[in-house]
Amino acid sequence: MLKLSNIHTYYGNIQALKGIDIEVMEGEVISLIGANGAGKSTTLMTTSGIVPAKEGTVELNGKDITHTPPDEIVKMGVCQVPEGRRIFPYLTVAENLDMGAFLRQDKDEIKKDMDYVYSLFPILADRKNQPGGTLSGGEQQMLAISRALMSRPKVLLLDEPSLGLAPIIVKQIFSIIAKINQEQKTTIFIVEQNANLALKAAHRGYVMENGAITLTDTGENLLANEDVKKAYLGM
Amino acid sequence: MFWINIISGIVIIGILGFFGIRELITDPVYFLELVLGGLTRGSIYALIALGYTMVYGIIQLINFAHGEIYMIGAMTSLIVASVLGLWGWNSAVIVILAFVFAIVYSCAYGFTVEKIAYKPLRTAPRLSALISAIGMSLFLQNYVMLAQTPEFMPYESLIPDYNFWEPYAHIMTSVELTIIITTIVVMILLGMLIKFTRIGKAMRATAQDKVMSSLVGINVNKVISTTFVVGSATAAIGGVLIACHVGQINFMIGFLAGLKAFIAAVLGGIGSVPGAVLGSLVLGISESFFTGYFWSEYEDVFAFTILVVILIFRPSGILGRKETEKV
Repeated sequence: MLKLSNIHTYYGNIQALKGIDIEVMEGEVISLIGANGAGKSTTLMTTSGIVPAKEGTVELNGKDITHTPPDEIVKMGVCQVPEGRRIFPYLTVAENLDMGAFLRQDKDEIKKDMDYVYSLFPILADRKNQPGGTLSGGEQQMLAISRALMSRPKVLLLDEPSLGLAPIIVKQIFSIIAKINQEQKTTIFIVEQNANLALKAAHRGYVMENGAITLTDTGENLLANEDVKKAYLGM
Repeated sequence: MFWINIISGIVIIGILGFFGIRELITDPVYFLELVLGGLTRGSIYALIALGYTMVYGIIQLINFAHGEIYMIGAMTSLIVASVLGLWGWNSAVIVILAFVFAIVYSCAYGFTVEKIAYKPLRTAPRLSALISAIGMSLFLQNYVMLAQTPEFMPYESLIPDYNFWEPYAHIMTSVELTIIITTIVVMILLGMLIKFTRIGKAMRATAQDKVMSSLVGINVNKVISTTFVVGSATAAIGGVLIACHVGQINFMIGFLAGLKAFIAAVLGGIGSVPGAVLGSLVLGISESFFTGYFWSEYEDVFAFTILVVILIFRPSGILGRKETEKV
């Protein structure tokens, strides 16, 4: 469904991605793990068109979207929950969700989806009229995921959903991610530092080092892999 | 620092209140004239300041060419009104067409200036865009000077005088009344645009986080262009109205008006739309009192003194948000 081939991405003169290949099949949950600065977030930013690749192609269902502007990519159904959540701080929770549905015109369906995300995260319904900036970290992560769901994505890109959150909240968020995958048939691409969690949740995983993919296998096999254990699981 | 602010605030308000009440009692008509004159000035400042503050809110750029957009609005209306006047058209039609053409031309200039001078510098350091803005301002001034004339041109008011309350007409002319009413209407429309429409929501989101806005599917470049166009339209309305009020224009009128409106926007808190309106009214009325009761020659000095004082003591302005407030 989503295919990155031989991607090279630069920030100015600094090369962040050195020819990576990733393929995400429809309905899959994929995890990309790696250390700080390995290029995980850049991979997502390149996919979303924020930092377009200098070389290589990003394909969505066979269509080349390497140099498509970010808003067009969202229109095609690829939606990202960026690192640090990036909630609109001065918009209320409901307005933030509304922004997620920016490209949609079907008012009734939007209402339905809003009720659906409120059922996933009831706390958001309680905080509907509160500015997004006043939420706690966990609530902001919930809001960020909900906002992305409001666009009815076919592919959901999640950047570090566990960052800075209490373990119990992380668990809750990962169970919801699994639920979204099963109920909505949404394809999910997770970037995570927490390798254990990410690989358990994923059908397949990729390991990234210094801007290149070093290993790829099913989630289970990677969890059992000696190198991965040593480098990322601390075992 | 908190207590110093409070105490100095009380002292200033106390002194001003004392003088204000004394003057109000000794000569209420003059006082009223000054208030209304200040409101008129403030309204014009507000129409221009909105463009500054909206553009700053979205791309953190002080668009110094904004005053020139306002001047182009006034120029266009003068040309349209003169030509149509020669042809002997009905004056009501002339007023409407003068406004329409002024708005269309100013919007076109605002849109083009953004595309030529700012868009290529979107990722450059802020200073580059600022220098580009000053360059654009100088270019537009000189371009209009060459294309039109360096002389002051008389501007016959498009808004007819009314006679029905003749003994009081000196307190507030029909032009002043039109300026205040138009400004109120424009403010309400703009407020509704920002609060309720799709593009308004997109503007607010873009002002808060550009990357995230494009990740929810907003075309950020389009939103920025729209912001320039909306700001230019209000500036054009201001340009036509002030030309009617003053009765003459030349290619330089945008310079000082632009700077004053900029001061008003900073005073209110740059980036904040209600702040720009409030700052403009405060600046307009206080300028009016200053020139009415103290020295009318030092009007501009007074405005710039306000700018300096604001920048020293409260750089975020009256309604501005603190820079550190990042989530």
